[in-house]
Amino acid sequence: MVEVTFTPLPAHVRTARLVAVAVARRSGVAEALLDEVRLAVGEACSRAVEAHRQYCPAEPVKIELTDTGGRFEVVVTDAAPAGPGVPPAEVAGVTGIANGIPGPLEAVPAGQQATGSAAEGGGSGEAASAGPAGVPVPPVNGQGGLQDGFGLAVIAELADDVKISRTPAGISVAMSWPSSPGER
Amino acid sequence: MDLKLDDHMKDGIRVVDVEGEIDVYTAPRLRELLIDLVNKGDYQLVVNMEKVEFLDSTGLGVLVGGLKRVRAHDGSLDLVCRQERILKIFRITGLTKVFGIHDTVEEAIKARKSEK
Repeated sequence: MVEVTFTPLPAHVRTARLVAVAVARRSGVAEALLDEVRLAVGEACSRAVEAHRQYCPAEPVKIELTDTGGRFEVVVTDAAPAGPGVPPAEVAGVTGIANGIPGPLEAVPAGQQATGSAAEGGGSGEAASAGPAGVPVPPVNGQGGLQDGFGLAVIAELADDVKISRTPAGISVAMSWPSSPGER
Repeated sequence: MDLKLDDHMKDGIRVVDVEGEIDVYTAPRLRELLIDLVNKGDYQLVVNMEKVEFLDSTGLGVLVGGLKRVRAHDGSLDLVCRQERILKIFRITGLTKVFGIHDTVEEAIKARKSEK
């Protein structure tokens, strides 16, 4: 197992991505999946860094990378009591998370109007404006990013096994991909 | 790799060339540039992402924010990208329906001009 802890600074998220991809490659994860590992780990770490900066900037973010039973697993754990992008209720899996996101993933199908959850979310108070072909532009938050939870929804699309759980300290995002020990 | 930003006018449209990685660390610089351009009156933007090596949801948020700003002035923000690894994140988030995404800067400008 490889374990990495880093201070919650945005600059360190890139380092975390590089480490994750290096360990994934060493574990025999297919080259075609490494971009997904890079993006998913980056999203999880970005979310954790934002949570720490908001709630516990002195605490490090922890990443554990393991390769067991033909699976390469990455667990990103934060220590924030109420990180962004996670519903207040305990969650058992990513389906609940994805369904709980009133966000762009549901807001952008062609022809959909700028009403309902898409226009109400985001916290910026701005109404969604129409994009090309009348598609509403997703709301952005006060920092100019997409609304909270978007990163988790991206992770759900990238890793084929994702578990998001609330630990005594904070939120844990576990994601895994198939690995092939014979290719090491 | 860090983020490199440059911009120039081409056929009356402001082209922003982006090179490197757009993530939670570097995205604020792109956001500042887009805000600066809009504040200076550039409402027709093309963001050339051909040399972007990494893009995450923070970067997507900055692009969406830029689109909202130019649209407030009846402007446009088109993207140039042919890289599958970058296009994938637009596809899985559904943002291919929000942005006009083109193969080249010339095509992006041509498409924008034809809509006028």
